[in-house]
Amino acid sequence: MAVLPIKFTKTKRDKLAQVLWVLNWISVVTGIILFSLGIFLKVEINKRQDLMAESQLQSVPNMLIAVGLIACLINFLGGKICYDCVDTNKFLRWKLVMLPYIICTFFFTLSVLVGALMCYSMHGQLEEALTLGLRDAMRHYKDTDTPGRCFLKRTVDLLQIQFQCCGNEGYRDWFQIQWVSNRYLDMSQREVVDRLRSNVEGKYLMDGVPFSCCSVNSPRPCIQHQITNNSAHFNYDFQTEELNLWTRGCRQALRDYYTNIMHSVGLTVLIIWLFELSVLTGVRYLQTSLENVLRQGDPECESDGWLLENSFVETARSNLNIIKHLGKFNQINISSNGDPNLDKPPTAHYGPDNVPPKPLPMAS
Amino acid sequence: MAVLKVTFTKTNRDKLAQVLWVLNWVSVVTGVTLFSLGLFLKVEIVKRRELMSKEIVSVPNMLIFVGLTACAINFLGGKICYDCVDTTKFLRWKLLMLPYIICTFFFTFCILVGALMCYSMRNDLEESLFLGLRDAMRYYKDTDMPGRCYIKRTMDMLQMQFQCCGNEGYRDWFHIQWISNRYLDMTDSGVAERLRSNVEGKYLIDGVPFSCCGLHSPRPCIQHQITNNSAHYNYEYQKEELNLNRRGCRQALLEHYTQIMQSIGLIVLIIWLFEVSVLTGVRYLQTAMENVLRLGDPDSESDGWLLENSIADTARYNFNIIKNLGKCYQVDDDPNIDVPSTSQQAQENVPVKQIPVAQ
Repeated sequence: MAVLPIKFTKTKRDKLAQVLWVLNWISVVTGIILFSLGIFLKVEINKRQDLMAESQLQSVPNMLIAVGLIACLINFLGGKICYDCVDTNKFLRWKLVMLPYIICTFFFTLSVLVGALMCYSMHGQLEEALTLGLRDAMRHYKDTDTPGRCFLKRTVDLLQIQFQCCGNEGYRDWFQIQWVSNRYLDMSQREVVDRLRSNVEGKYLMDGVPFSCCSVNSPRPCIQHQITNNSAHFNYDFQTEELNLWTRGCRQALRDYYTNIMHSVGLTVLIIWLFELSVLTGVRYLQTSLENVLRQGDPECESDGWLLENSFVETARSNLNIIKHLGKFNQINISSNGDPNLDKPPTAHYGPDNVPPKPLPMAS
Repeated sequence: MAVLKVTFTKTNRDKLAQVLWVLNWVSVVTGVTLFSLGLFLKVEIVKRRELMSKEIVSVPNMLIFVGLTACAINFLGGKICYDCVDTTKFLRWKLLMLPYIICTFFFTFCILVGALMCYSMRNDLEESLFLGLRDAMRYYKDTDMPGRCYIKRTMDMLQMQFQCCGNEGYRDWFHIQWISNRYLDMTDSGVAERLRSNVEGKYLIDGVPFSCCGLHSPRPCIQHQITNNSAHYNYEYQKEELNLNRRGCRQALLEHYTQIMQSIGLIVLIIWLFEVSVLTGVRYLQTAMENVLRLGDPDSESDGWLLENSIADTARYNFNIIKNLGKCYQVDDDPNIDVPSTSQQAQENVPVKQIPVAQ
């Protein structure tokens, strides 16, 4: 009892082959799209490498790139096969390859699905990478004279300006970090020395933020020093002042940005997966109907095409048996006490009477 | 003596007609390109309308108009060339083709004018930006006045995006009060003194807004008391180059727009050359088809040319036509004077006998 059988006339088979040829070429294009989505994602992650700690994030774009390339190859081959399937003679060339091809493509579509799901499941790793990366970037903000870290100030400033965010969770993170280098602190001034002494670790902490935290939406010139000190500024109440600095944290801003990208990429990959699956179904129907045509002998007759020859359960059972016998192939049969040298009684068949021949007299 | 005569066989003519059909459709696409370039330029100018004293609308409008007209003209040209393969269908268009070619010739002048306008916009733009930026900086502090409340935001985003400061440089901010009186503590003696010391009562400081801060500076931004070396540790403002953005915003915007317009001008010039070549092909096709009709045999060879006589003869001929057009409306001084008849009977000079009147 075949699974989803469909009858195909000769014209329908030819039309199916032609349509599948076109669809396979479209799938090559979608393979290229997958590849370029992977490259785009890789570039976006590398752009902000300074702000992300080490993580497995690179696996997603790498997966997409690999899947895209393999999709191009598989569908290119599929296109050639379908092009030849219009002619029954040419189909004979591909007859033995088609079933392995279909099985390979089936497992390949599973990896496309895995790629799509990976895009959606990266949240946790992304959040952790961003938290650690931003924290370290802010710590090294002042180290513009240390080689390897001299661009961190610029990176963090650009990030805060571009994403309209401040600090890790909010602007208060800057209060706990010394972001003014000792090179620019006048150690002869008493207040500087007092502040350094009052801190346990000897850090110069203040209630100020870098200029890149200033919001452009504020109606008044930016207040970036002595933020919590209401009396230091005229007509200022920092509890009610919302527009002065960016209120969003950069971790949330970057997380939202990358989540948006990954969701869009994931959705595109899912659509491509559905498309590939439908093309695979068409190729399976084409293969089974052409094989049935060959079985019946007449190239012009109708034939059946199906997804599976028997029901799911029977197909699964027969495949499991095949796999079991593959395993048994290497086992040796030691039914007699483990000694291979014992003389086994002959089981030869001596003709219809089953009379063993007389031993020949020996010449003396 | 025709100008640039070329002999066309029947197959040549057919091939020319087909090629011109395709080229006319390509020209429709270039017309759409022109239209979208004009639209893009318009959007770019409108985006920064607040920073320009007068909006430059002539160039993008010209490009939009030229783009749409190019689409229409080349669409018609495509239809004409498609029909020119068949001599009978050509008869439909025969009377229309010469006016069409003349119109398209003058239209290509419009394209050339559009391209040249792109290159000549620079001076207008520079002046407009200078005045516009000066006013924007003056109204920077007026965030409570309707109509001007977004100028601060626009100016800050401009200075951060283009990494520039002020009109010519950061010193422009020293001559402008960019801190509103709402945020000045009038009871403070320092503030009152500063206001008094200024002739116009403006609060001027040697400070700049935060958006002037340079990203490449190794030290935290110094935006107040810039010229006062002793106010900051280890600071010398003459040597400090990375602290603030050094470029003036007028120059930054001018360069940005000049680049856009030079690219657009180049593309329009290339489109102009393409249109002129298509026009030349259509002219050859028209003259070749007309000569075929004159010869009578649709399969024969015929000549195609740009002008039937030399350029001087054609110019003289056209001038005469225009002069005679003018003379058509001239009348002799008094229309009521009896003009002596100049019919053939008068040649014999025999006076007409008077008919006897019956009594």
